[in-house]
Amino acid sequence: MKHSRAAVLLACCTSACSGFDRQSAVDPAGPQAESIEHLFVFMVVIAVVVYIAVIGATIAIIRRRKATDEDPRSPSREASAARAIKLAIGVVVPVLFVLLVYDFSVGRSVNAMTNTPMLTVELTGHRWWWEVQYEDPIPQNRVRTANEMHIPVGRPVNVKLASHDVIHSFWVPNLAGKKDLIPGHVNEVIIQADKPGVYRAQCAEFCGAQHANMSMMVVAESPERFSKWIASQRQVPAPPVDTLAARGQTVFEGGQCAMCHAVASTRAAASIGPDLTHVASRLTIAAGTLKNTTANLGGWIVDPQGIKPGVDMPSNALSPTDLRALLAYLRTLQ
Amino acid sequence: MIAGLAKVSCMLLPGATLVCVLAACGGSESRDFRENPPAGSPLSAIKESELEPGGAVHTESTTVATLNNAYAISQGKALFEGMNCVGCHFHGGGGIGPPLMDDEWIYGSDPSQIFNTIVEGRPNGMPSFKGKLNNQQVWELVAYVRLLSGLGGTSVASAREDHMYLSPDLQLRKPQKPKNAAAPFK
Repeated sequence: MKHSRAAVLLACCTSACSGFDRQSAVDPAGPQAESIEHLFVFMVVIAVVVYIAVIGATIAIIRRRKATDEDPRSPSREASAARAIKLAIGVVVPVLFVLLVYDFSVGRSVNAMTNTPMLTVELTGHRWWWEVQYEDPIPQNRVRTANEMHIPVGRPVNVKLASHDVIHSFWVPNLAGKKDLIPGHVNEVIIQADKPGVYRAQCAEFCGAQHANMSMMVVAESPERFSKWIASQRQVPAPPVDTLAARGQTVFEGGQCAMCHAVASTRAAASIGPDLTHVASRLTIAAGTLKNTTANLGGWIVDPQGIKPGVDMPSNALSPTDLRALLAYLRTLQ
Repeated sequence: MIAGLAKVSCMLLPGATLVCVLAACGGSESRDFRENPPAGSPLSAIKESELEPGGAVHTESTTVATLNNAYAISQGKALFEGMNCVGCHFHGGGGIGPPLMDDEWIYGSDPSQIFNTIVEGRPNGMPSFKGKLNNQQVWELVAYVRLLSGLGGTSVASAREDHMYLSPDLQLRKPQKPKNAAAPFK
């Protein structure tokens, strides 16, 4: 039943998402998204019934008008018109009321706090990327990453939303509804994934030239894999042993990169751009714009304005040797 | 029928006028996201030292495009905070470093002199940003720094500050005629 319904809805929607770019509100992967999807299906069914009723009534009226040709001011016609209006109000008001109550109850259920201890993630929107920080009572256990959020399956996650500049909106259609990131105010949204997978999140509030390329991957994985991931993110990268990569580190720290980016335990400690401590472990670069391959990374470093015009990252005039060394270094940041 | 048409045309007229006025404005300002060639040019053209403070005036086409461009100035403003210029110069009032909103320019107020100041650094604290910023970013900073004392086109300045600001807004700032200007003040 559920599958056929989803299939019909999917056919209606244009996006047939699969694998890496899983992003669909009618393919829910968690309880919040599921209750929103149920509300959506309920509303669609009612809207279809109303549509058919209106079209049917219109056709019936056109036919009857042709058949009878009595005086429109006759008392019998006025009485039937009054009856029709009463009937319409009697039907429309309760239906709207049912929708209203259902809508409010869904709103309450998606924001309901649970007794399960939640994982808390701080998400900060920047033009045009996401800063992700995992809260932990022990400061050195806090994890800072960018454009990728790993969550354990079956556990609710409280995402605290803040903005560094303008209003953004966090939207993972497969997991929850939209919630705005507002400068100077912290919003919260609860997400939970019941099925492992990679779900694409998208900024859903127009925030400037590269709004469309402000996306993020939400990776839902088993609790074991999640704890492994978070442990690896807490590790400080070892200094490169390879000479090429060591030269790359010099390029990184001595040039333009370190003016904005940070790599833990090195001299690069700026916080304007994404933290690159574990950049090689991420699925994408440039906020979900490109897959994280060495070739894409090279192109991005040399000419970010050709890929995402208007982004704050400047072009980098690196010599080919320096670029190769830098890429070798960035690849070691697992 | 004719009266009806007249009524319709009366309603359309203000809209049509607005369209004409907007068309006359001639499109929006262009935004330069990068220099050509894409990777920008390295900062090797800057000489290490000059005998005179302020250095020789050198000209580049980028200045003209950048100095009166609203996008470049807003980027310059973001860089002014991001690169921690505010750490010493504050928001123009100075503190650890000299103020930038007055008429005194130790190493010259000419755009190319300010460019040199940023790229080469200056004695007594101003660090060199050579190799840390590309040319375009430096020009954006130059445009913003000049605007702090009202030099350049104040009309392209942002009318709103993102932080508490006590001094007059950049758009209303009176140009401070630089003392000892290398080039004649305009």
